[in-house]
Amino acid sequence: MSISVKDVEHVADLARLDLSEEEKDRYAGQLNAILKYAEKLNELDTDGVEPTSHVLPLANVMREDEVRPSWPVEKVLANAPDEEDGQFKVPAVLE
Amino acid sequence: MSLFDLRLSDVHDRLARKEITVSDLTETSLKRIAETDGEIGAFLTLDEEGARQSAKELDGQLAAGGERGLLFGLPAGIKDNMATEGLRTTCASRFLDNHIPIYDATAVRKLRSAQAVTIGKLNMDEFAMGGSNENSAYHPVRNPWDLTRVPGGSSGGSAAAVAAGQVYFALGSDTGGSIRQPAAYCGVVGLKPTYGLVSRFGLVAFASSLDQIGPITKNVEDAAYVLQAIAGHDPMDSTSADVDIPDYTSALTGDVRGLRIGVPREYLGQGVDPRVKERVMEALRQFESLGARWEEVSLPHTEYAVAAYYLLASSEASSNLARFDGVRYGVRAENPDNLLDLYRRSRSEGFGPEVKRRIMLGTYALSSGYYDAYYLKAQKVRTLIKRDFDQVLEKFDLIVGPTAPTPAFKLGEQVDDPLQMYMNDILTIPVSLAGVPAISVPCGFADGLPVGLQIIGKPFDETTVLRAAYAYESATDHHTRRPALS
Repeated sequence: MSISVKDVEHVADLARLDLSEEEKDRYAGQLNAILKYAEKLNELDTDGVEPTSHVLPLANVMREDEVRPSWPVEKVLANAPDEEDGQFKVPAVLE
Repeated sequence: MSLFDLRLSDVHDRLARKEITVSDLTETSLKRIAETDGEIGAFLTLDEEGARQSAKELDGQLAAGGERGLLFGLPAGIKDNMATEGLRTTCASRFLDNHIPIYDATAVRKLRSAQAVTIGKLNMDEFAMGGSNENSAYHPVRNPWDLTRVPGGSSGGSAAAVAAGQVYFALGSDTGGSIRQPAAYCGVVGLKPTYGLVSRFGLVAFASSLDQIGPITKNVEDAAYVLQAIAGHDPMDSTSADVDIPDYTSALTGDVRGLRIGVPREYLGQGVDPRVKERVMEALRQFESLGARWEEVSLPHTEYAVAAYYLLASSEASSNLARFDGVRYGVRAENPDNLLDLYRRSRSEGFGPEVKRRIMLGTYALSSGYYDAYYLKAQKVRTLIKRDFDQVLEKFDLIVGPTAPTPAFKLGEQVDDPLQMYMNDILTIPVSLAGVPAISVPCGFADGLPVGLQIIGKPFDETTVLRAAYAYESATDHHTRRPALS
């Protein structure tokens, strides 16, 4: 399987990245090399092998549903690139 | 001789006898940083004012005869991917250039309760992605043993700062080797605890099923003390393990008689520098003379670990880094046309090439049509790798081998070949995938460059790992060697 510049554009779109033409070419080449190497995994028969998503034997971790203090709004907004009236501000979504 | 060459107990004795003050320790650190960091580049942010203020407060407590915390007065450096309240935390990324956390990571909070003094934030590969520290958006770090070489990564600043005597100890984080490999390259001790032993709350997430915080120190004793201070269950991290924390310092006996060590043949095979192999064989003979026994074992799926890791870690990273959208924190692109443009341009301008590469790889591996072939396949291979470790650790107390296949390489040598760069982690990645604890300790030199010995243990058996590491260290003097910096 080989990754084309078109594939790179599709993946970049999913990842919300704008890539330059030079980056697209470079990533196509590098991703191809990495994925070709990853095909090594197909040497292994993994039929019937359970996937490991996590090494700890954890199921759902629950806590009491208690009211606890939350951060004051001014702290939460302290690192916001733009804010107004105690809210994060972004460009208009609806015209 | 620096105050930092003293053992922790000696530092505390001198403080108790009022021969030195916490301010002396802090000034030792700041002076050394001023003298050497122009060359090394370990720090991204220094907190001179905060450090002096903490030192003053601790000196006040000392004078008043108050009780001393476990790490009382010791100058500490923190890898810049751990949140520090009021102190800039960038992950070495332009995206977070202006980010000032509103809270402390749990590990940082615990250092403060143990009364360590935070000196500043340490350089790293951007978002902890890399093995050479060359992916820092700010500046590279140079290896104190040879300024033309990399310190390793991603905790390169942490390892270099300890090796250069800039701080008494540092915190690093390890996803696929990011504590152990730089510790090996810089001739210091680096401990990656069992996954879940140290809270990840406030650690900027890279690959959440693998990330783990741990100490980088000059010796094993210090590593035991720092681990003692930071380990333990945290309700703020749902993957934090609810286990009893033993007294790690009680492991520092020097006695390894009867310990059974497995040495994987895959860790001394092809691709491992013969000089590294030689140092490891010497270490094994040392263990033998101390009364431990070793024999060759096999971890047959070792060669598949790097491929599985890069698919899994990049997939997790692509998901974790979706939060950097330029809305709530970080640097926003100027004059966006609309919300989508804001996301796309903020991310494209804020992330460096390696971070983009991994986001791309992870997004691809998780995308429709490829999930089973790549992500799920890698998760299944992870199971096989974990089983390798389970089987060997049923019969053996520890697994021992090199930390990295070679000593530190030259700056710029591997930047154009991501796959070659990934291969430096071939001996640390399997351990991360299995989630077991491992330490890297200095085991000698190859033409003047430090070599690291990796000691791997059973889950949550840091005690045996530390016991073996301490016994080995006590019988050798590699850890006492210091780089000849100006």
